[in-house]
Formats: sequence, C-alpha cells, structure tokens
Amino acid sequence: MSVAILRQGDVLVASVQSDLSDSQVLALRDELSDLVGRIRARGVVVDVTALDVIDSFAARSLRAIAVTARLRGAETVVVGIQPEVAIAMVQFDLNLDPLKTALDLDEALAILVDPRQGEEDGR
Amino acid sequence: MTDQTVRVADAPLRSPHADPSLLHELVDYLRQNRTGLREEWVRRITDAELLGVMTPEEIFSEVTAVYDNYVDTLETGSVETLQAYARDLSERIIPRGVETHEVLGIVLLLRDVLARSLFEKYQHDADLLNRILDAYEPAANRIAVTVGVSFVEERERVIREQQDAIRELSTPVLQVRPRLLILPIIGVLDSQRARQLTEQLLGAIQSHRAKLVVIDITGVASIDVEVANHLVQTVEAARLMGASAIITGLSSTIAQTLVDLGVDLSMLRTVGDLQGGLEEAERLLVEGAETGGLA
Repeated sequence: MSVAILRQGDVLVASVQSDLSDSQVLALRDELSDLVGRIRARGVVVDVTALDVIDSFAARSLRAIAVTARLRGAETVVVGIQPEVAIAMVQFDLNLDPLKTALDLDEALAILVDPRQGEEDGR
Repeated sequence: MTDQTVRVADAPLRSPHADPSLLHELVDYLRQNRTGLREEWVRRITDAELLGVMTPEEIFSEVTAVYDNYVDTLETGSVETLQAYARDLSERIIPRGVETHEVLGIVLLLRDVLARSLFEKYQHDADLLNRILDAYEPAANRIAVTVGVSFVEERERVIREQQDAIRELSTPVLQVRPRLLILPIIGVLDSQRARQLTEQLLGAIQSHRAKLVVIDITGVASIDVEVANHLVQTVEAARLMGASAIITGLSSTIAQTLVDLGVDLSMLRTVGDLQGGLEEAERLLVEGAETGGLA
C-alpha cells in the first residue's frame, strides 16, 4: 500500500506518495471508508502533492471517496494539487465537484474545523 | 529610415565624370579575376578575425555571393538586388551574433582589396588609373552604405519585434498582502499568453500560499470566446489548488460581448473595478480569519 493514512485528532490524513494504479485507488477508497466509520472521523484529507497526473479515473475515485465518506459522516478535502496537474485537469474538463480543495494541510484542517468556510470557498 | 533607403537606391551610382566604357572594363576585369580576388578577400577577413561565429566554408560561400552581387551592382548601377541580398543575409547572421562593425569591416575590406588590385593593374598609367577610380569609388562607397544600412535596418527590425514580444509577455503576479495576489493583465491575450499566464499564476499561488487572487483585466481591450474560456479555466485551476479568484475591470463593452457570445461566467466572482476587488478580497480574508481560518 503506497498510501500512508495518519490520524490527526478526528481527521484522517491520507498522504499519497506515488502515482497510484487503479486497483490501489480502489483499495484506498475502501480503506478510508472503513476507517471513517471505525474511528468516527469528522474529516478526511487526501494529500496529492506527489501526484504528477490525475486522470479521469483518479478524479472519479476521489469524488467517490468524498461521497462515501460523507455518507459515513465525514467531509473530504483534497490538498496539494500541483499547478501543472490543475491545468491539465481543467483542460480535460475533469472536476472534483463537490469536493473541496485546499492549498495544503493547514488550510484543509482549517476548513474541516469550520465547515462554513468550504461553502463560500471559490464561488 | 525608409526615406533614407529610397534615397540610397535612387541616387545615380556613376559619378558624372565616369566613363561607361571604363566601368565596363572594370567589371570585366573583376569577373576575370574573380577567384583570386575572392580568395584574397577571404584571407583578409580571416586575418582581421571577423565573422568568428561562422565556419570558413560558410564565410566562403557568403563571400562568393556578396562578390558576385557587388560586381553586378557595379555593372547595372542598381542596388536593389544587393539590398535584398543584404537584408536576407542580415536576417540569417544577426541571430548568430554578427556585429555591425564586422559587416561594415567586411564590405570595406572588399573595397580595399579591389582598389589595391586596380592600383596594381594600372600602376603604369596614372591617368587611366585615376579615371578608373573615378568610376569605381562612388559606386563602391554607395554599395558599402547600402549594405551597412540594410544590416542596421534589419537589426532594428529584430529589436522592435523583441520589444513587442517583451511588452506582451510581461504579466507580473504581485502580492499585496499575505495570501492575496493581484494579476493585472494588460494588452492582447492570445491562447499562448493565456496559457503562460495561467502557469505563472498557479506557480505564484503555490509559492505565496495565496488564498485569494484578484485578476484585473482593465487593460484588456477586447475579449473573445477563447479568452473568456481561458479565464474560466484559470479560475477553475486556481480553485483546484485551493485559491479563490475575483475578476475585476470588465468594461461595459466586454461585459456586453460576453453576454452576446453566451459565455457562461456564472462560475466567476466579478467586481467592477480593482479597488472594489481588493476591498472584496480583504473582506473575505478578514471574514475567513474571524471564523478560524481563511476563506
């Protein structure tokens, strides 16, 4: 498993260290969904700083992670999307709606502490 | 500059004292001794250490072309062909770093080489030599001026183009206060520049940890579907990185154009002018700080 999942208070931090295969993405989704219920997490942060590519499958899986986590009672924030990755995603018309994004872990934790912020974020 | 060119081109090449038959003799002589004179010229160019950036083969082929043009110009009295050739040559050698003094030096060297060979040939007849030189000198001087002016004009054209490019490319991303950037866009936005601008902005968001970006397009004269979509994409990409964008300075013309084009800008947060945009940005930052983080 190339994703370390850390626990910070009632927030889970999944730090993706290398490009993931499709099956690894699915494994991450299952594991996060399982952990959210087990530790009664309020938030999930997925750190994709190390990713050079986010393709349509990865984007869909991130959305799936967020929806699954929400059903289990936790908000999800994706952090660390690189500039080139952001440009590529926009050009290929991939979006992460309704996922929240943040610049780094600090931001993500601030959003999760005060969910109101996410609502006015970006629009 | 154009006026000068015309003047050079239109001026009579032959001096009033020159005898056409002498000029004809001169041209024949230069044609017959083409190989020797050309080699002598190359030797003197090499001795003077001019054109260091070119290989000997390149120098030799250019020299041959210039020599033939030179003789043709002496014969016909029209500098137009030579002028075109000089422009073309300049276009090729300027990017390689050939300097004005080298070009002028080379043309003057040819003048010296030819003059000296004339001295040698006619040294026993001072009167004939004088008349030959009367025919030769004005033409040679005018050729030197033509080549020099063509080179300088070409170089100025290159400089102007580069200045235009620089002016269009400069898009500073400025930090006004922590976590707040402004991006004033001035001039024409084409797709290449828009792409570069997006990259710069996203890089700056990352390095400054920006939370808000105010994109001011007061200086953009017109906007089309492509540019509008680029703006939307830039804002969307910034949002993926966790930063919000405010667009300011849409003129009424641009606003109407966008409505007419049917571009969907509901994604964008827009404010009338830069001042309003900054006030809005500050409000959002303060609000964010009060609620425990930054919005």
